[in-house]
Amino acid sequence: MMPVLPPTPSQTVGPFYGSALPFPGGPEPAPAGHPEALTVHGTVYDGAGEPVSDALLELWQPAPDGSRTGAPGSLRRDPTTGGFAGRDGVTFTGFARVPTDADGRWAIRTLPPGGVPYLSLCVFARGLLHHLYTRIYLPGPATDADPLLAALGPQRRTTLLAHETAPRGYRFDVRLQGPEETVFLDFH
Amino acid sequence: MTPTQHEISEQIAAQAEAYAAGDATRHHPDRAYPPYRSTALRHPRQPLVPVRDPEAAELSGPTFGRTDVTDLDHDLTRQHTGEPLGERITVTGRVLDRTGRPVTGQLVEIWQANAAGRYAHQRDQHPAPLDPNFTGTGRCLTDDQGRYRFTTVKPGAYPWGNHTNAWRPAHIHFSLFGTAFTQRLVTQLYFPGDPLLPYDPILQSVTDADARTRLVAAYDHELSVPEWSLGYRWDIVLDGPRATLFEEGR
Ligand SMILES: [Fe+3]
Repeated sequence: MMPVLPPTPSQTVGPFYGSALPFPGGPEPAPAGHPEALTVHGTVYDGAGEPVSDALLELWQPAPDGSRTGAPGSLRRDPTTGGFAGRDGVTFTGFARVPTDADGRWAIRTLPPGGVPYLSLCVFARGLLHHLYTRIYLPGPATDADPLLAALGPQRRTTLLAHETAPRGYRFDVRLQGPEETVFLDFH
Repeated sequence: MTPTQHEISEQIAAQAEAYAAGDATRHHPDRAYPPYRSTALRHPRQPLVPVRDPEAAELSGPTFGRTDVTDLDHDLTRQHTGEPLGERITVTGRVLDRTGRPVTGQLVEIWQANAAGRYAHQRDQHPAPLDPNFTGTGRCLTDDQGRYRFTTVKPGAYPWGNHTNAWRPAHIHFSLFGTAFTQRLVTQLYFPGDPLLPYDPILQSVTDADARTRLVAAYDHELSVPEWSLGYRWDIVLDGPRATLFEEGR
């Protein structure tokens, strides 16, 4: 079916999303204590190399078994107080949301994606009128063989590769602009 | 030096002229839009890399359910012990994909300033009063027709630092999920007849006049509740492919 309706335009997330979008447990889709949990962390930089302290990152990925249906429960609520109860410690929802801190830094704890070597990343920020998509590729044979990466020049390819900094710990910086600008993706 | 409104308005006009001189329709803002000065260092200069992979994980997306939303989340006037100040409004509409199919059971999140134009946010230093009875954040799930509904108060305009005498028109921020991560949308609802609309570089970053109109809600008298609230209607169309579009041979 072809598109028939024109889309609603995007607008910036602005600087004041803090009371609405971040939620407790947002950065930690991995159930607590899960032996396969991995940490991915990094900094978001602008074109002057300054950290971006008001970005919001969202991650989406298949479950370790390759399932792509996701699951409710990322923002699980406490029916008594209406507050956040935190994730249930069992369900893997595939969704993470993390604001950058005053130093532009962020970190998430998740499980390995099933069937693909990457985590999908969506970047929002004040000053960014339309969100940006990119991918965090984790080291491994599937990443080495990935056709999207293979089609990029070596310097640009590097911007999509997470670097192992500790056992099960990876670093991935986002550069919105500049000589080491991250590769951003278009799905249209 | 901080530009004046006149200088920013000239830049807005120049961008509109440049868009009109081209022949491609652009539904979304260009990420590089000089009148909104914060875009300068925050937009990529390299072209986006197209992904045409029907197996891409982004063609699926996160799901939410009734565990993620409480029954009170859609009513921003009932989150504290007292009533917030301001003009009570109802905002409702449908979330559709570009084929016109309703997006059902998905999460809609909103946030806004209070009636005086102040956010419940530490970094908002606008000398307008905070309202102890208003946080300004809401959530709901779309129903089986793709409908969402919020009760809130009309937000006030507020000043910001883009240029001298810069004022944001009244607006409500919206965050939406479709059936694919590629359909993700964060946008803003504006109110009809707001005299600030032409001066605002964030709204005007949508250089296509028809597209800009799609960001302005319609006042709907039928939705107004006697002795209670004014009604606004705003439908939202999510862009971006989803898995079934690829299957159908897009
Ligand atoms: Fe705002």
